Amino acid sequence: MTVAIDRATGKRRGDREPGPGLSGRLKRGYHKHWYAYVMIAPVAVVLGVLVLYPLVYGLYLTLTDANSLNTARTIGVNHIDATYRFIGLDNYADILWGPTAYDRFWSHFIWTIAWTAACVALHYGIGLGLALLLDQKLRGRTLYRLILVLPWAVPTFVTVFGWRFMLADGGVINSALDALHLPSPLWLEDTFWQRFAAIMVNTWCGVPFMMISLLGGLQAIDASLYEAAEMDGASAWQRFRYVTLPGLRSVSSTVVLLGIIWTFNQFAVIFLLFGNTAPDAQILVTWAYYLGFGQQPRDFAQSAAYGILLLAILIVFTSFYRRWLNRNEQQLAI
Amino acid sequence: MSTTTAETSAPVAEQRPARAPRPARRRGENSRAGALASHGVLIVASLIALFPIAWLVYLSLGPDKDDYLHPGGIWNKMTFANYSFVLQHTEFFNWLKSSLIVTLGTTAVGVLIAATTGYAVSRMRFPGYKKFMWVLLVTQMFPVAVLMVPMYQILSDLQLIDNYLGLILVYCTTVIPYSAWLLKGYFDTIPFEIDEAGRVDGLTPFGTFFRLVLPLAKPGLAVAAFYNFLTAFSEVAFASTFMLSDDKYTLAVGLQSFVSEHDAQRNLMAATAVLIAIPAAGFFYLVQKNLVTGLTAGGTKG
Repeated sequence: MTVAIDRATGKRRGDREPGPGLSGRLKRGYHKHWYAYVMIAPVAVVLGVLVLYPLVYGLYLTLTDANSLNTARTIGVNHIDATYRFIGLDNYADILWGPTAYDRFWSHFIWTIAWTAACVALHYGIGLGLALLLDQKLRGRTLYRLILVLPWAVPTFVTVFGWRFMLADGGVINSALDALHLPSPLWLEDTFWQRFAAIMVNTWCGVPFMMISLLGGLQAIDASLYEAAEMDGASAWQRFRYVTLPGLRSVSSTVVLLGIIWTFNQFAVIFLLFGNTAPDAQILVTWAYYLGFGQQPRDFAQSAAYGILLLAILIVFTSFYRRWLNRNEQQLAI
Repeated sequence: MSTTTAETSAPVAEQRPARAPRPARRRGENSRAGALASHGVLIVASLIALFPIAWLVYLSLGPDKDDYLHPGGIWNKMTFANYSFVLQHTEFFNWLKSSLIVTLGTTAVGVLIAATTGYAVSRMRFPGYKKFMWVLLVTQMFPVAVLMVPMYQILSDLQLIDNYLGLILVYCTTVIPYSAWLLKGYFDTIPFEIDEAGRVDGLTPFGTFFRLVLPLAKPGLAVAAFYNFLTAFSEVAFASTFMLSDDKYTLAVGLQSFVSEHDAQRNLMAATAVLIAIPAAGFFYLVQKNLVTGLTAGGTKG
């Protein structure tokens, strides 16, 4: 292996120059670059076996009527063979247009979009605000940073558990609201307040990541730009608008995209906050999990179909997002 | 806490010598009121960040299961009884052992694989490079629901259900794409001349990677390790589906089972939750001083 790689390094310098058109040279490229493929091989194998294959298999499941009663299973010593049938695209049709499709899919879909938009906007807004504050020269800045990052350091299932205490009927939040003579909502029972609570908890959990990412971005902005702007008489707002924001663009576009993907698929917060008790506050991911694992009989096919739909939504969104970035002459940091 | 702060202030100061003039000048025009307002906002934010956790710790000291409804009463009868009960009469240490095996395994395997991948993607422009980065991004988008059933089938075919290795592999698929992405960004900031120098001095590419680039990439590696650790440590869905015997439950699953077992004994649950948070927070404070540099090195470069 060493020999081959020595050969490879000799050519590595050439690779740094802008590469020629890749199309017709795949074969030569393979000989030239195989050491790179060796380095990414472990990932490719792991992802191929444990992601790609399950994905294809999951895709196949969505075309059947598999559930926990007709899949292959072993009860004691008896092995029961799978008896589910191929039913084509019926699952998708049923989810999107079938009877009560609104209650089962579209209401969750709308709520998922609202949830994602609200959470990412709050994450980004609060994260940026705190990052700007932490980027100043302030006494105790490091201590603030240590504390503010705490919600990220503690596992989600622990913090969500803590929030359940606080939101419970008679918990500390409602006691405080009572003491202030404000109405105390039923956080964990009423649909609107469940949604409100979910967004609140998720915001609390997600801000540190944005804050730290944006803080890194702020510290990478060249200080001379600010000096130049100041020389030209730019006000604080103008410096923010014309120096800080453009300087943060590539970090922002990346973290916002990641934030959207993660929030869209955020399983833990809603699942742990409500369990199965809040059908109306379930986003698509938790709803799909409920169909596949939270009920009897478990509906594997529909659950997987929801998963595929989720994936499709995200891929379509990401392609548009990337195209939009390119049109604005920005690059995603990938 | 204070010792950690003292340690961390040094590298932060090092990072920003070039910027020193600017804040100094800005301070001139920034009124004292501005600084006060900043402190005010930061203090409020810190309290919000701190409160739910502090409250959980406080409630865990109440000896009675309904004490969380009368928090004022806890103050006078604080006790560590919950903790000693959890440590002595539950499976806590088994859960902790499982969690540590799975989490440290994921962290080690994940960081190693992600590092080689990130290095390959950062240094070598091989054909399919763009597509590969795109694949890494798309794997981030896979919802649990679509992978769960097929993964379960594959793992049971491989006899890896109820097995630490199975869970480690599953977690690797979720942590590696982002870690590789992160590390690629960090490797991009390490000058290519260093690789050149290593080659001139007769190191093999793997030698260059392990002996020159990796040590320089420590902040990036720390952040990747942190991300892997936390993701694996707090994952619930896969762990509760794939681990069947209760001595192999991870802490995340253990806490859930605890909920039904000790139905209304929320004081014990709170104590367990606090005990669970300690290793995670400990690990976090080991790597936190690298967070800011490590996390965005790549993103800022674009």
